[in-house]
Amino acid sequence: MMLACHGRLWLLGALAAALLPQLLRLPLWLIPYGIALLGWRLAIDLRDWPLPPRWLRVLLTLVGIGGILTGYRTLFGADAGLALLTVMLGLKLLELRSLRDAMVVIFMGYFVVAGGFLVDQSIYVGVYLLVNVLLLTAALIALSHPAGPQHPLYLRRAGLLLVQALPIMVLLFVLFPRLSEPLWGVPKTSSSASTGISDHMTLNNISELVDSEEVAFRVHFAGPVPPANQLYWRGPVLWLTDGRRWDLVARDFTPRWLTVPGRHDSLDDPVQYALTLEPHNAHWIFALDLPAVVPSGMALTADFQLLSKRKVIARQRYDLASHTRYVTGPLSDEMYRLGLRLPAAANPRTRALAAQWAQLPAPAIVDRAINYFRDQPFWYSRRPPPLGDHPVDEFLFTTRRGFCEHYAAAFVTLMRGAGVPARVVTGYQGGEVNPVSDYLIVRQSDAHAWAEVWLDGDGWVRVDPTAAIPPQRVEASTDAQRFRSTDAATLNLDLGWAQRALAELRYRWDAVNDAWNQWILGYNHQRQKELLDRLGLLRFGWQGVIALLTGAIALVLGAVMIYLLLRMRGRRDPLVRIYRRYCDKLATVGLRRAPHEGPDDFARRVAAQRPDLADISNEIVARYIELRYGKGDAATALPLLRAALARFRPSGRRTSD
Amino acid sequence: MATPLSLRQRFSLARFLRGLGAETGPIVLDRRRVYILPTRHGLLFGAVIIAILLGAINYDNGLAFALAFLLASLGIVSILHTWRNLLGLRVEAGRCTAVFAGEQAHFPLGLRNDSVELRPAIVLAPAGGDETVHDLGPGLNWVEVARPATRRGRLALGRFHVATRFPLSLFRAWTPLELAMDCLVYPAPAPQRGLPPGEAGASGSGGDKGQGQDDFASLRPYHAGDSLRHVHWKTAAREQGIHTKLFSGEAAQELWLAWDLLPGLDTETRLSRLCRWVLEADAAGIRYGLRLPTRVIAPDFGPGQRRRCLEALALFGDKP
Repeated sequence: MMLACHGRLWLLGALAAALLPQLLRLPLWLIPYGIALLGWRLAIDLRDWPLPPRWLRVLLTLVGIGGILTGYRTLFGADAGLALLTVMLGLKLLELRSLRDAMVVIFMGYFVVAGGFLVDQSIYVGVYLLVNVLLLTAALIALSHPAGPQHPLYLRRAGLLLVQALPIMVLLFVLFPRLSEPLWGVPKTSSSASTGISDHMTLNNISELVDSEEVAFRVHFAGPVPPANQLYWRGPVLWLTDGRRWDLVARDFTPRWLTVPGRHDSLDDPVQYALTLEPHNAHWIFALDLPAVVPSGMALTADFQLLSKRKVIARQRYDLASHTRYVTGPLSDEMYRLGLRLPAAANPRTRALAAQWAQLPAPAIVDRAINYFRDQPFWYSRRPPPLGDHPVDEFLFTTRRGFCEHYAAAFVTLMRGAGVPARVVTGYQGGEVNPVSDYLIVRQSDAHAWAEVWLDGDGWVRVDPTAAIPPQRVEASTDAQRFRSTDAATLNLDLGWAQRALAELRYRWDAVNDAWNQWILGYNHQRQKELLDRLGLLRFGWQGVIALLTGAIALVLGAVMIYLLLRMRGRRDPLVRIYRRYCDKLATVGLRRAPHEGPDDFARRVAAQRPDLADISNEIVARYIELRYGKGDAATALPLLRAALARFRPSGRRTSD
Repeated sequence: MATPLSLRQRFSLARFLRGLGAETGPIVLDRRRVYILPTRHGLLFGAVIIAILLGAINYDNGLAFALAFLLASLGIVSILHTWRNLLGLRVEAGRCTAVFAGEQAHFPLGLRNDSVELRPAIVLAPAGGDETVHDLGPGLNWVEVARPATRRGRLALGRFHVATRFPLSLFRAWTPLELAMDCLVYPAPAPQRGLPPGEAGASGSGGDKGQGQDDFASLRPYHAGDSLRHVHWKTAAREQGIHTKLFSGEAAQELWLAWDLLPGLDTETRLSRLCRWVLEADAAGIRYGLRLPTRVIAPDFGPGQRRRCLEALALFGDKP
């Protein structure tokens, strides 16, 4: 079947909408290429350009594939594969002839929309999904309607189909059994670099604290939110230093001793929480100090880093438990050695100061160092002055301005110099409670670094030297807040109503995003089981769920069918309905109105054949005729007609015809 | 009206494949008559959904799940839309105009849309003919199905499908129908022009009492097919019955178009030649009769005579 022009135009419009987000992700020079393909197709349809000859199509294909190869160095994997699909779709447009071609193109369009989800699954993309499906459906309708363009009809019908499909989609989404494992292994690749927290810290370059409001993760606590001074979200633990840079024990290989999970005795009940981590393309799960359980797919190191076996490349929800009060296990030889190691040449003044404290017991050394930060004029600053060759010396004795990394590095250097095993821990601290929906939002700006020292009897103990700085010496007022409270303080400050409304709006929007993460993206086998269990639907096993799903879909379809049939019938005249009821009743006793018989004739025949029904039948017909053809007042006469019809119950004796 | 089906008819495979056989009168496409199955595109659509679903499972991708389920739901809902687009349509046969062999026979069908909504893209697919697509507004819509008329005689419309793929082309709803409806096909007129010579006996004596159109000669009772211009309206007005005026004239001679005048030819060729003669005689306004081995039509003239003669030629050899 040839393609009507209006069908092709809808197809192009819908495809352009589906391709747009993908086009923007293509290597820069492929964008004009894609637009040129679409433009050519438009020219074919609107200006009657010829379809390009075969050799030109082959050439264009080679150019597209070459472009992808130079851009991605491969044709496979999510990004390159998506680009390839996009290019192929554009090329397919240039040989669009039959209805079959058009259908194939639309179905490829669905794939492109689905492929986009590998890269982005935000709420905007979800809304755009609906727009895309609406347009592609309208294109299908236009293609199915060769008789001619009726553009509003296509859009209306597509909308109607979509509205009727949505309840079934929700049922399928909630009840369709989800698997706990993928069907087969898939390569999880992503070209983007890791974001957020880094696996090292450096003091001597001009450092500036990340001021990003981007969300790092969100936390739903099963119980109350723990106090702010316990909200330390543990990330990379840094042991190695050359005096200015701090590093993990190993970047490329993991020493054996580190893979032995760290042990600790808990002093309280674990805090249960669900942490939804934004993708950061690294392995750390920022568990609350210290993780109490190791979920499957994760490992715990000897220094209590909770690591996902796969890089976190998609937003993911983890159910975790942590102890906030604990005593860790014994100190291994390796940790003892690493925990005291300092470079011989760097920061001589710091080591000299620390050496004076070496004779004191370890807790006293910690107090001395904290008091030093508190008593000397140290300031907390987001933009400290640059540091030179001996950064810790300069920070401790000259500039005395810095943020968490400076304090943590200086403190650990002092501890090691005084003979106390110590290490730097990085991660996030605090977070703000969303007052709208009672969960904790931890942002990139909450990134933090603190120290841990090993004390006999207590094991590793967290010390946060940054918290020692008195609030009046904190340069930014919001930073003063961070260790003191996780209350929704910003809402109670003396802000103008506009700012308050804005803040509230921001919280609401974040709550919507969080619900989206929890229920759309994070809805997996585990979540489904929990939900169905809570609703009591798992009582009859998965067979029961499937039976329920089928039954519910059948109900929705029944409702849709009734709606469609009623809509088709339109609004009937009540009088016509009443007269039809009257005829139906007579038909049950064998009196059928012939097609040519008018109401009067029929009534006369009824009266003749069934004298017992004559009175009531004549009354009904008289009222009907009066209302239909005379000047009867519907408001008063219609109820009387209805009442007469209700009294009309012909039964019994069949007439002899 | 549609007659109810027996249980056996309802589930018979033959009904599914071939329909119910020829039926008369308006046929309502009720739910027992409308079938629905996925089209090739529908199957492909299903494959696309499964592929997206597999991807969603493997990548544990919530939005891909949503898309796969949305597409599946759209497909399911579209079944109802396609089905409803055909359901309740009432099909009735119109009157066919006779054609000559070699022409297209047109079968007018009345499609009554009793709903208040447009039924878009309803396809009529006759066996061996081309599909036509129609948008049916509320009310009665007349559409024509064309079939090539290759041979004289009665051409039945035969089995045809009323179908629709609207709105998404993923499913096709159809009803196989066979309406008792046929079109009369006259023999193709032979190319040779010219009338046979008139028979001597007939032309001589009928000179002053013929049925030319020049001078009024007499009245005779009206036959169906006589020209209305020749009706004697005065007698009709006096309620003395309808009469046709007869005129005398040069051309008012009787011409017999006889089978026997064409010896040595095969049947169809003879019929073709006779057909041409009938057309020419009619065009010339001659009073003519037709003499076939099986039937004789008395001399007369006008559209009625033309129709009678052509019909006899079309059905020559058929059992009455």
